Amino acid sequence: MFYREAGDFKTSYTDDNQTFPIKFDRYRYYVVLTVAFGIIPFLINDYWANAFLLPFLIYSIAAIGLNILTGYCGQVSLGTGGFMAVGAYACYKLMTAFPDVNIFFHVIAAGGITAIVCTAFGLPSLRIKGFYLAVATLAAQFFLVWLFNKVSWFYNYSASGQINAPERTVFGVPVTGANTEAWATYLFCLVFLAISAIIARNLTRGMQGRKWMAIRDMDIAAEIIGVNPLRAKLSAFAVSGFFIGISGALFFAVYLGAAEAGDSFGIQKSFLVLFMIIIGGLGSIFGSFAGAAFLVLLPVALKLVGVDFLGWPTDIVAHIQLIIVGALIIIFLIAEPHGIAQLWRVAKEKLRLWPFPH
Amino acid sequence: MPEQLVFAMEVFLNGLMAGVLYALVALGFVLIFKASGIFNYAQGVMALFSAMTLVGIMKGQVPFAHVINVIFGTDVHYFGWTVPALLAIILTVAVMVLFAWAVQKYIFSHLVGQEPIILFMATIGLAYFLEGVGDLMWNSEIKKLDVGLPQGINEAIDNYTFNIFDYGFFIDNLDIVATLIAALLVGGLVIFSQYSKEGRAMRAVADDHQAALSVGVSLNFIWIMVWSVAGFVALVAGIMWGTKSGVQFSLSLIALKALPVLMLGGFTSIPGAIVGGLIIGVGEKLFEFAIGPMVGGATENWFAYVLALIFLVFRPQGLFGEKIIERV
Amino acid sequence: MLDSTDSYVTDDGRTIGGVVMEMKNITLRFGGVVAIKDISFDIREGEIRAIIGPNGAGKSSMLNVISGFYVPQEGQVMFHGKPRPQMKPYEVAQQGIARTFQNIALFEGMTVLDNVMTGRLNKMSSGLFAQAIWRGKAEQEEIENREKAEKIIDFLEIQHIRKTPVARLPYGLKKRVELARALVSEPSILLLDEPMAGMNVEEKEDMSRFILDVNDEFGATIALIEHDMGVVMDLSDRVVVMDYGKKIGDGTPNDIRNNQAVIDAYLGVAHD
Repeated sequence: MFYREAGDFKTSYTDDNQTFPIKFDRYRYYVVLTVAFGIIPFLINDYWANAFLLPFLIYSIAAIGLNILTGYCGQVSLGTGGFMAVGAYACYKLMTAFPDVNIFFHVIAAGGITAIVCTAFGLPSLRIKGFYLAVATLAAQFFLVWLFNKVSWFYNYSASGQINAPERTVFGVPVTGANTEAWATYLFCLVFLAISAIIARNLTRGMQGRKWMAIRDMDIAAEIIGVNPLRAKLSAFAVSGFFIGISGALFFAVYLGAAEAGDSFGIQKSFLVLFMIIIGGLGSIFGSFAGAAFLVLLPVALKLVGVDFLGWPTDIVAHIQLIIVGALIIIFLIAEPHGIAQLWRVAKEKLRLWPFPH
Repeated sequence: MPEQLVFAMEVFLNGLMAGVLYALVALGFVLIFKASGIFNYAQGVMALFSAMTLVGIMKGQVPFAHVINVIFGTDVHYFGWTVPALLAIILTVAVMVLFAWAVQKYIFSHLVGQEPIILFMATIGLAYFLEGVGDLMWNSEIKKLDVGLPQGINEAIDNYTFNIFDYGFFIDNLDIVATLIAALLVGGLVIFSQYSKEGRAMRAVADDHQAALSVGVSLNFIWIMVWSVAGFVALVAGIMWGTKSGVQFSLSLIALKALPVLMLGGFTSIPGAIVGGLIIGVGEKLFEFAIGPMVGGATENWFAYVLALIFLVFRPQGLFGEKIIERV
Repeated sequence: MLDSTDSYVTDDGRTIGGVVMEMKNITLRFGGVVAIKDISFDIREGEIRAIIGPNGAGKSSMLNVISGFYVPQEGQVMFHGKPRPQMKPYEVAQQGIARTFQNIALFEGMTVLDNVMTGRLNKMSSGLFAQAIWRGKAEQEEIENREKAEKIIDFLEIQHIRKTPVARLPYGLKKRVELARALVSEPSILLLDEPMAGMNVEEKEDMSRFILDVNDEFGATIALIEHDMGVVMDLSDRVVVMDYGKKIGDGTPNDIRNNQAVIDAYLGVAHD
């Protein structure tokens, strides 16, 4: 009764094509937007911004990016960390080279540059498939991190080898550097996430998304019915790279403030984002949010329970976290390969019939 | 003979030795992949875990001591005995067999018929899980491993080359032993898979699951066996690397190095794993020697992957892999 | 004999036009195995052309040559009277050649509607950017093509499952969805690879009706593979018979019925 579509008739294809065809979903979406933009900025504090909200927003963008490549187009990538590094270093170079341009455009441009790099590393995808490609993307991961460590031009010859985000403002309010306030950084990232999610949703519900999914489900058949496989795959790499680049730029400039390629963008990052989309749901935009939220919250929750409440040493809690994450990955792959998003769909399906399931 | 060339020869020899160790890890991958189509990312962590277990047993560590102490407020760490290396190795093999059984029963029997990429991601999960268990069980400190293998510079080679080139090559005894053991292991595996009943069943399963089932081969048994053998190979690799550079987390990263080896050699070929390992070993050492100084060094981090990537674009099935014929 | 540009009217009143596609001395080898040996035949506009033969005769390989998936070692494919240069399969599809597959090749993770919509992909030209913002041309194209897709969905009577994921459908319906996907692209030649394989009599009758309707209403040229002789003889205007990669007969169903080589291939021949 709470959730139904009966009586919600569509009279045009436009109505039927919209993002949330069911009225209830649409209203909930407006509520979420209102809370995210209108209420949270007033309640936010530094702890919640840094422990949960900022990483959640930023990883969600990365997860959307990887989900387009892996969940929609079926190309598994283990190079996410490396591509985030491209976004971060591109953003840094742009911020320092063009200090007068608004940081908003730096972040977008960093996404564009990452899209190009990602496309270049996607070129072999026409020849290599499945986990061969997954392993090949490791080449991108290790090569890019090495490049940013060794070529000092990328970190402006700084002695520490680190990149540090200088202070930049949007409408006079600082969003990077030392003097930022939680609500400003939060809103800045939220805007990017909202844009990314809308673009990703539009692309995946239209013909481009169908081409990607056709390649994912059966690449040979897709080619025979007229999908140009190289263009479909490369466009997935490009779009995915764009989002991952944006998330890398935000991760460095807004969240960390200072970064070093090996520490901040290592292979572990690639796995983390991959886990997010597995747990959240492959081929689902909502799943990208769910997975990011889950894996950002898990260490926070474990620390609360294990360290603060039970008083266990941090290293034991860290090991337990590894076990839990590993076990969850396996459990989800066995029980629900479509992740939290599918659990959510099933729950909705049940709610739709409730309380008269027959 | 010019000095540079002599140096290069030494680098070449060392590269060959390193390559043997890569090949050893790659071998574990090939075994599991051939028999079950699973691309086992956890192979490296298995090497780490087995090496940790070996050290733990030899030193008489109490498993999960850390956790027990935290929960019960006790202070136990060691049983107070030590176990001789050979016995400890046998016990570790038993642990790895148990592990193989658990993996088959609790994970892969539930994933039969899934796409290879799903299985691959499951093994990534397995790697995380096993790493966490290993750390909890034996703690994550860097441990020294000494099962009595010879170590240090080989004097004979040093003297011999000094007499010829006026420059003594530095070849580690451990590397020589590793090479010999790897050769023995490969020989043993080939004999096992060609001439024993189980080996034949294993190859049958690799060829066609359904057909193997229909002639009465127990898939479950074969898969447990294959995972056990892979566990054993992991243990051997773990002993070699552990003796060389200590038992620590970075050991699990050699698995990542084995991936390009496989891509070069083809996922289904044992000779491919060996040749691929040697090419990568020699290639990355020579590249670092020749080009490294010009670009800031540490090219070993990525050389293998980039080489494999470029190679695959031209020959997607690897050196020894079977050609893929696509059908509709 | 008919000339390649001549047209004629069949007994049931349909007009069959000139030759649209011609296979000229096609030979296809896999390593040492010869799958197709020196085969020539043509397809006329508006006709239903069948390729029949026992298992392993090379029928599917022939279809794969037409759709550009296999490249023959010798011979040429003539399309609209001109030799077709070597093409990628997707380029062949863009020329208006659509097909179905023997072992259904639908996109299992997508809904029926999305599967059918993929058939329209060559009719849509809006760029990545336009699709990303979902305004103007992108949105308009989506709706226009949705209408075309819905027409075919109605025609093939699969409206009730349009939002169902394909993976959940039974075999017979999947076959129909696949036909819809091929049909919606408004192909100039429609290739059907064993459209009735694995169906019961009723489903076969349904499918035959759809094939005839498609030919009738859309004027589609159809080339189909089938090894159920009975169905083929009723459906098709002309038949090519293959055996062991060679052509052993070509003509109207009546000619084929009386062709000794065909009878031998199907019924076996006493070697004395």
